[in-house]
Amino acid sequence: MAVPGTELSTRLPGALKDAAIAAFIALALFVFLIGIRTVDAAGVFPLRARPWLLAVFVGAIFTGRLALNLFWWNGSETSGTLAKALAPVTGLAERSARWLAPALIAFAAFLPFMPFADRYVLDVSIMVLTYIMLGWGLNVVVGLAGLLDLGYVAFYAVGAYSYALIATHFGLSFWVSLPLAGLLAALWGIILGFPVLRLRGDYLAIVTLAFGEMIRIILINWYSLTNGPDGISRIPRPSFFGLQLTRNGEPSFHEYFGLTYSPLQRITYLFYIILALALLTNFVTKRLRNLPIGRAWEALREDEIACRSLGINTRNTKLTAFAIGAMFGGFAGSFFATRQGFISPESFTFIESAIILAIVVLGGMGSQIGVVVAAVVMIGGFELFRELEQFRMLMFGAAMVAIMIWRPRGLITAREPSVYLKEKKPVSADLVQEGHG
Amino acid sequence: MSAARDKTPILNVQHLTMQFGGLVAINDLSFTAGRTDITALIGPNGAGKTTVFNCITGFYKPTEGMIALTHDDGHRFLLERLDDHVIARSARVARTFQNIRLFGGMTVLENLMVAQHNTLMHASRFTFAGLLGLSGFKKAEKEAVERATHWLDKIQLVERADDPAADLPYGAQRRLEIARAMCMNPLLLCLDEPAAGLNPKESDQLNQLLLDIRDEEQIAILLIEHDMSVVMGISDHIAVLDYGRKISYGTPEFVRSDPHVIAAYLGVEDEEVA
Repeated sequence: MAVPGTELSTRLPGALKDAAIAAFIALALFVFLIGIRTVDAAGVFPLRARPWLLAVFVGAIFTGRLALNLFWWNGSETSGTLAKALAPVTGLAERSARWLAPALIAFAAFLPFMPFADRYVLDVSIMVLTYIMLGWGLNVVVGLAGLLDLGYVAFYAVGAYSYALIATHFGLSFWVSLPLAGLLAALWGIILGFPVLRLRGDYLAIVTLAFGEMIRIILINWYSLTNGPDGISRIPRPSFFGLQLTRNGEPSFHEYFGLTYSPLQRITYLFYIILALALLTNFVTKRLRNLPIGRAWEALREDEIACRSLGINTRNTKLTAFAIGAMFGGFAGSFFATRQGFISPESFTFIESAIILAIVVLGGMGSQIGVVVAAVVMIGGFELFRELEQFRMLMFGAAMVAIMIWRPRGLITAREPSVYLKEKKPVSADLVQEGHG
Repeated sequence: MSAARDKTPILNVQHLTMQFGGLVAINDLSFTAGRTDITALIGPNGAGKTTVFNCITGFYKPTEGMIALTHDDGHRFLLERLDDHVIARSARVARTFQNIRLFGGMTVLENLMVAQHNTLMHASRFTFAGLLGLSGFKKAEKEAVERATHWLDKIQLVERADDPAADLPYGAQRRLEIARAMCMNPLLLCLDEPAAGLNPKESDQLNQLLLDIRDEEQIAILLIEHDMSVVMGISDHIAVLDYGRKISYGTPEFVRSDPHVIAAYLGVEDEEVA
């Protein structure tokens, strides 16, 4: 692009060339999208060419790009200026992390009593919180230990099915089944963790992806246990110290407290359960991070060979990361089952793993607050753009690309040290390794 | 050098052979390292020095031979049978790497805390007590920070304790890697080219640091080095390797004048060496 301050005429050839390239890309993209239209006619399916419309589009892009080149971009690096423009915003987010977290927790705690908190808002909030919890769980494996896990949804599924089966077959309550489901998921984390211990990078990603799919296929085909694709229905709802949150529950919550029944009570209760579970996940991970095990995870991400030379059992360290990550996935799965009341293998597809991983990667640096922001933006934003219908996925993709260009290491670009002598200085993302598997 | 130093061998390497397919990297190598001695391994590039280190620290499993490490209480560890992390933890062998392997994205202090992983892990009762925040762990953590500070003081890096390790200048990173190894409280410290890339002043500081470690901590140091000012200045014994074989062993004075060594380094006609 042209140098700032130079005459328009000297910049013209470069600008023309750039505009021509843009127009050519537009032509290639739009030739099928706009240039050809299928006409609905009985029996036949003819194509109608629309060269004029195509020409208008390509021409508009050519002139637009030319104008931008000549008058708008005075030759400076565009992505650079945008990153600079964004810097105060993201910098503020990092500096304000201290009060941001308590503020967010307080906001979440009072959300059900806000005037705008109708059923829809609460449902979306519950979903966002579930993903935050899953993100925090996966953060242990991906963000801290640096093990790329593409099959995290497997543990979500194990948790959900564990609760559903325990509750429907043995009649145990949610609060008894929850730890059991978490333990079962952790066990599966270890079982799946063992074979992948020696794998790194791409190979680890592929095998974990396969495990995620395997669990789903098993759930579909083990008809006698899981009821196959029909799923498990009538999963018991959680009780409030033995009080049922249903209209005809015995004893029922609303009668005990002398309230009129409202389905919102149950939703509010679910909201607080997932809030508590998510905060528990956050508390435990934050605590683990400052313990030797957490430091070993991060050291493993930085340099596995050095870890071994320091007497760290990398096998056990990796397995604990898998197990703890899986356990929180299992808790979230149990919650999902009790909230939905019905689960089927449909809910545990690869796209779920991908979304959770995207949240962790977007959040960046194994950061807890980053996961929250990423989950709110991704899940909340996805809901917000519901009206855009089929363009929703396009928006989503564009947003991901934009963030990966300007913030390649995620929204939070500094790592907080786990221990300090004099002052806590954040470590720049440029120095932190991403992990090799 | 004090006369009271314990000269019994801590490390006994016997008939060590390491083959990679058809390539014989180490060929029937035997040597010992004294309990409080600095033993240097020298030799031309590709002589197999780092391979010896990798065998001792368990990163490679030797094809043949024995590597025995005897603790003060007489307990003998056969290192060729143990996993790398067990060698580091139980046999108490620490090492550094030719290409520095610090945890670059972690602070200097964190690097030294990771080195005390097993002590802290035990104190945190394998995380459970630590998770609940019990006082026993807090105390152990405080001691670990003190130990780290002690070593940071030794290598003049206390001021930079909270900076990321990757931000340190090269010489400081070398020193930090040694300090990290020492935080493990080892009996045998294996240093792979610690003076590589250091300027003469830093080299002198390194010599002093290694002599301090030997005399104050009373541990054995095994050293791979090309910088002869370091090797000749501080080594008690030197083993010279060429093509995986030991061609000379003895005091610096002996090795310096050994015709085999001169031949290996400078290249001499075969008949002249005899």
